[in-house]
Amino acid sequence: MLSSLLSMVADGDWVSPTIDYHALAPEIVLAAGIVVVLLVDLFTSESNKWLVAPIASFSFLGAFIPVVTLALSDNTMRELFDGRYVVDEFSLVIKGLFILAGYVVVLISTDYLREGDYYQGEYWFLVLTSILGMVMMASSRDLVSIFVALEFLSIPAYMLAAWRKRDLKSNEAGVKYYLLGVFASAIMLYGMSLLYGIANSTLLTDIGETLSGEMTSIRALAVLFVIIGFAFKVSAVPFHTWAPDTYEGAPTPVTAFLSVASKAAGFVALVTVLYVAFPYASDVWQPVMWILSALTMTVGNVLALRQSNIVRMLAYSSISQGGFILMPLAVAGEGAVGQSALRAVVVYLMLYAATNLGVFAIVIAVARKTRSGAISSYGGLFSYAPGLAALMTIFMASLAGIPPLGGWFGKFAAFQAVLSAETNWGYAIAVIGAVNSVVAFGYYGNVLREIWMRPAPDGDTAPVVIQPAIAVALGITALATLVLGTLPGIVSHFGDLASLSRAFGG
Amino acid sequence: MELLRDNNWVLTIGTFLPIVGVLIMLFIPKADEVAHKAVALATAVATLAVGVWTLVLFDYGQAEKLQFVTDVEWISIIKSSYLIGLDGISLPMYFLSMVVTVLVMIYSWDHIPNPGNPKAFLILMLILQTGMAGTFIAQDLVLFFVFFEVVLLPMYFMIGVWGGEQRQYASLKFFLYTMFGSALMLVAFLALFFKTGAESFAIPYLVENGASIARNTQIWIFAGMFIGFAVKVPMFPFHTWLPDAHTQAPTQGSVILAAILLKLGTYGFIRIAIPVLPEAAKEWAPWIGLLAVIGIIYGALGCLAQTDMKRLIAFSSVAHMGFVMLGISTLTPFGFNAALFGMVAHGLITGMLFFVAGSVKERYHTLEIKRLSGMLKQVPRLGWIMGFCAMASLGLPGLAGFWGEFPAILSAYSPAEGLPEETFRTFMVIAAIGTVFAAGYLLWLYQRTAFGEPSAEFTGHGDGHGHGHGHGDGHDDIHDVTKFEWIAWTPLLISIVVFGVYPQLMFDVLDPAVKATLAVFGG
Repeated sequence: MLSSLLSMVADGDWVSPTIDYHALAPEIVLAAGIVVVLLVDLFTSESNKWLVAPIASFSFLGAFIPVVTLALSDNTMRELFDGRYVVDEFSLVIKGLFILAGYVVVLISTDYLREGDYYQGEYWFLVLTSILGMVMMASSRDLVSIFVALEFLSIPAYMLAAWRKRDLKSNEAGVKYYLLGVFASAIMLYGMSLLYGIANSTLLTDIGETLSGEMTSIRALAVLFVIIGFAFKVSAVPFHTWAPDTYEGAPTPVTAFLSVASKAAGFVALVTVLYVAFPYASDVWQPVMWILSALTMTVGNVLALRQSNIVRMLAYSSISQGGFILMPLAVAGEGAVGQSALRAVVVYLMLYAATNLGVFAIVIAVARKTRSGAISSYGGLFSYAPGLAALMTIFMASLAGIPPLGGWFGKFAAFQAVLSAETNWGYAIAVIGAVNSVVAFGYYGNVLREIWMRPAPDGDTAPVVIQPAIAVALGITALATLVLGTLPGIVSHFGDLASLSRAFGG
Repeated sequence: MELLRDNNWVLTIGTFLPIVGVLIMLFIPKADEVAHKAVALATAVATLAVGVWTLVLFDYGQAEKLQFVTDVEWISIIKSSYLIGLDGISLPMYFLSMVVTVLVMIYSWDHIPNPGNPKAFLILMLILQTGMAGTFIAQDLVLFFVFFEVVLLPMYFMIGVWGGEQRQYASLKFFLYTMFGSALMLVAFLALFFKTGAESFAIPYLVENGASIARNTQIWIFAGMFIGFAVKVPMFPFHTWLPDAHTQAPTQGSVILAAILLKLGTYGFIRIAIPVLPEAAKEWAPWIGLLAVIGIIYGALGCLAQTDMKRLIAFSSVAHMGFVMLGISTLTPFGFNAALFGMVAHGLITGMLFFVAGSVKERYHTLEIKRLSGMLKQVPRLGWIMGFCAMASLGLPGLAGFWGEFPAILSAYSPAEGLPEETFRTFMVIAAIGTVFAAGYLLWLYQRTAFGEPSAEFTGHGDGHGHGHGHGDGHDDIHDVTKFEWIAWTPLLISIVVFGVYPQLMFDVLDPAVKATLAVFGG
C-alpha cells in the first residue's frame, strides 16, 4: 500500500482528500478533550486533580452536540476517504450511545476514584481514549480503520482493568484481558490478511462484492477467523473465559465500562463486518452465529446461577445477554430479516446499556457501605435503603426481561427478528432463548430475594450514602429503563434509523 | 368487527388511576402508615368509581361489540398499538378486579401482614390492580403480554416478603412457572403475528385472519399459548405452584390470586387462543377437557388429603378451575357462558374463603384443621360465614357457585360440532362425580372446624395446663368478625346470593359476546 501511495505522490496525481469536518466533529471534540485532560493533569497540583473529572464529562457532553446536529442535518449520509469512514444514521445512533455511556461511566467513577486514591488524570485520559476508539469504530468501513479503532478502544481498556495497581486480582484481570485480547486480535488479523488477499482491497464493500462469487474454503476460513476475533471481544462462549475474571478483578466502574461500552463496540464491529463485508457469506456465518448464540446464552446462564459474588454474577449475566444479542444474527442472512435483526441488535444494545450501567451504579453505592461483593451482602437492603432496593428491582427485572421495564423490548425485538425468518433454525433458537430467559430469572431473582426477603447481614442497617454523581447516574439510567420500557416506540425509532448504508449491496 | 369508541377515556383512566396513587405514595414518608392506607384506599375507591361509571356507560344492547375502544399508536415499528376495549366477556372480570382490590384495601386497614411496611405492600397492590385491569381490556397481543407480566413481580414480592414460612420457595416457584409459560406464550404470539402476514397484533384482526393459518401450524402455535395460559389457570399438570403460592401468600395475596389472577389464564383461552386458532382449538379441545376433568378429580382428592385449611382451599381452586376449563373445552356458547360465570363465581366465593381463612389464622394462629373446632360456638358469625361460603363453593343451588358448575357439566353433554361426543359425555360423568367429592371435602372441612366444642387449647378456661401446643396466649384475641372485616366481606356475600338467585344478570351481558366470539366456528 505504501508503495502505491508513494507512486501516486511521485506521479503527481495525489489529491488531498476533502474532509467533512462536521462529520468528524464528535471525534475532534473527544480528541480535544483528551488533550485538555492530559494537560490539566500535568499542570495542576494534587489537590486540584478533581478538576479533571468535570472536564472529562464536559468532553462527552460536548461531543454529543455534533452528534445531534449531524442527526438533524439533511445530509444523513456522509462518506469520507472513499467510503472508508462513513457517518450515517446507524453510526450516529451508535456514537450517541457510546458517548452517553461514557458520560454515565464518568458519573459512577468520580467518587470511586477519589476515595480509592487512584491516579485520576490518567484514568480519565484512558476512558476518553477508549470511547474515542468506539466512536471511530461506529464509522469504520475498512479493515484497516476497523482494526485501528479496535486497538484504540482495547488498549486503554487493558490498562483500566489493571488499574488497582496493588491488588493482585486487578493485575490478573488486566493481564488476562490483555493476553486474550491480543490473541483475538492476532486471529482476526490473520483473517483480515486472508480477506485482503482474496479481495485485493481493504474496503468492506469491495470485500462484500468479491465474496458474492463462489465460496471457496479459503474464503470461508477468512470469514470464520474474523468472526472468531470478534467473538472474543463480545465474550461469546466458548471465547468468554477472560470475562468473569476480568470483570471481577477490575475496579467496578471499569467493569461497568467493559460490560457495556466495550461489549457494544464489539457488537457494532461484528454487525458492520457481517452486513457490509459478508452479506454473501451468510451461509458460513449464520450457523456459526446460531451455535455461538445458543451456547453463549445457555452457558452464561447456567454459570451465573452458581455465583455468589455480585460482579461475577453480572459478568456471566452479561455473557448470557450477549447470547441474546447474537440471536437475531443467527438468521440475519435470510433476506428481509436483515433489517429487523439489525434493529434488534441496536435496540438491545441501548436498553442493555441503560440497565446495566444502572446496576453497576447501585453495586458501587452499596459496596461503598458493605465493603463486600457477596450477593448475600444485599440482604435487607429493602429495609434500610428502600429507594436503592426499588431501583435495583427495576434494573434486575429489566435484565430479566419483565415488562414494562426496558429489557423486555430488547428480548421482544430479538425474538421478533428470529421468528420473522420463519425457518426451523429460527424457531429452534427462539425456543432456546425463551427457556433461557426463564432460567435467567433464577439469578436475577436471587438478588431480589436477598434484597427483599432476607435480613441484613450482622444486623447492619446503617443507611447507604448516595453521592450526587451516582444519584444522577441512577436517575438517568432508571428513567431510561422505565420510559423505554413503557414507550419502546422511542428506542425502536432509533433502531429503525439504524439501517447500515450499503449493507446487502444496498 | 365494529368498534364503538364513545367515552373511551373511562378505560384508560380506570386502568391507570392506581399508578397515580402509587406516585403520590412514593412521596409520603414510610412512617406515615395511616396516610398510605388512606391514599391507597382512596385510589382504589376512585378506581372503582370509574369502574361503576363504566358499567353505567356500557351499552348492554351491544354487549357483543368492543366498546370504549381506544386505538393509539404505541410501538409502530412492530405494528403494535395501544388498542383497548371492553365487551361483555371482559366487563365482569374487569369490574371484579376493581371490586376485589377495594375490598382487599379495606381489609388491609388493620390487617397488614408481617413484616409490616404498608407503603410497599399497598404500592404493590395498586400496581397489581393496573396489571389485572389492563389484561382484561387489552385488545392487542403485545399490550396483553405486557399487562399479563406486570402482575408477576408485585405478586412475587407479596408472597415472598409478606408470606408464610415457606414464602421464598413458594414465590420463586410461582414466578418461574408463570414466566416459563409466558415466555412460550410470547413466542407463540410472535409466530401468530408472522403467520397472519405480519400486519398487526390487534386481536380483532387476528381473529379474522387466524383461521387461514395452516392447520398444523395452528396446532403448534396453540401449544405455546396453551402452556402459557394453562400454567396461569392452573391446569393439571401445571398446577403445582398454586397450593404453595396460596398457602404461603398473605391473605390479601391469596384473595387476589384466587379472585383475579387465575382468571387471566382462562380469559386468555376465551379471548385469544380459541377464537384466533379455531382449527387448533378443535384439535386440542378433547385434551383440554381431559386435563380439566383430571384437575377436577385430582383437586378434589388433593383436598381430602390436606391438613391445612388454606391449602385445602387452594386445592379446591384446582378443581373449580377444572370445571371452568371443561366448559371452555366444549367450544359451545353454553359452555363458555358457564365458564365465564364460573370464573366470577369462583372469584367471589374462593376469594371470600381465603378471607375467612386469613381471619381464622389471625385468631387461632394456626390453620391446622385438626386443631380447630367449635368455631360456631366460639366465633359464631365467622363460623356461619364460613359455612355459607362452603355451601356456595360446593355448588348449592341458589348461590353463585351453582351457576358456574352445573351448566359446565351440562355443556359437556353436547360439545361443539366435530368434537367426540362420547368422550365429552364421559368427562361429564367424571365431572359430576367431582361435585360429590367437592361436597365431601367442604362439608368435612366445615364439620371438623365449625362443629363441636371449641378445643381447650383456644378457650383458655379449660383445664388445660398440659393441653395444647400453643403457648396459651393465642386465645386472648379470638374475637368475632370485626368492623373492617364486615365492610370488606359484605359486598362479596351479597353478590354470591344475588348472582345465585338471579344469574341472568350476568348471563345477559356474557351471552352476546360469547356468541360473537364463537362465530369463528360458524355457529
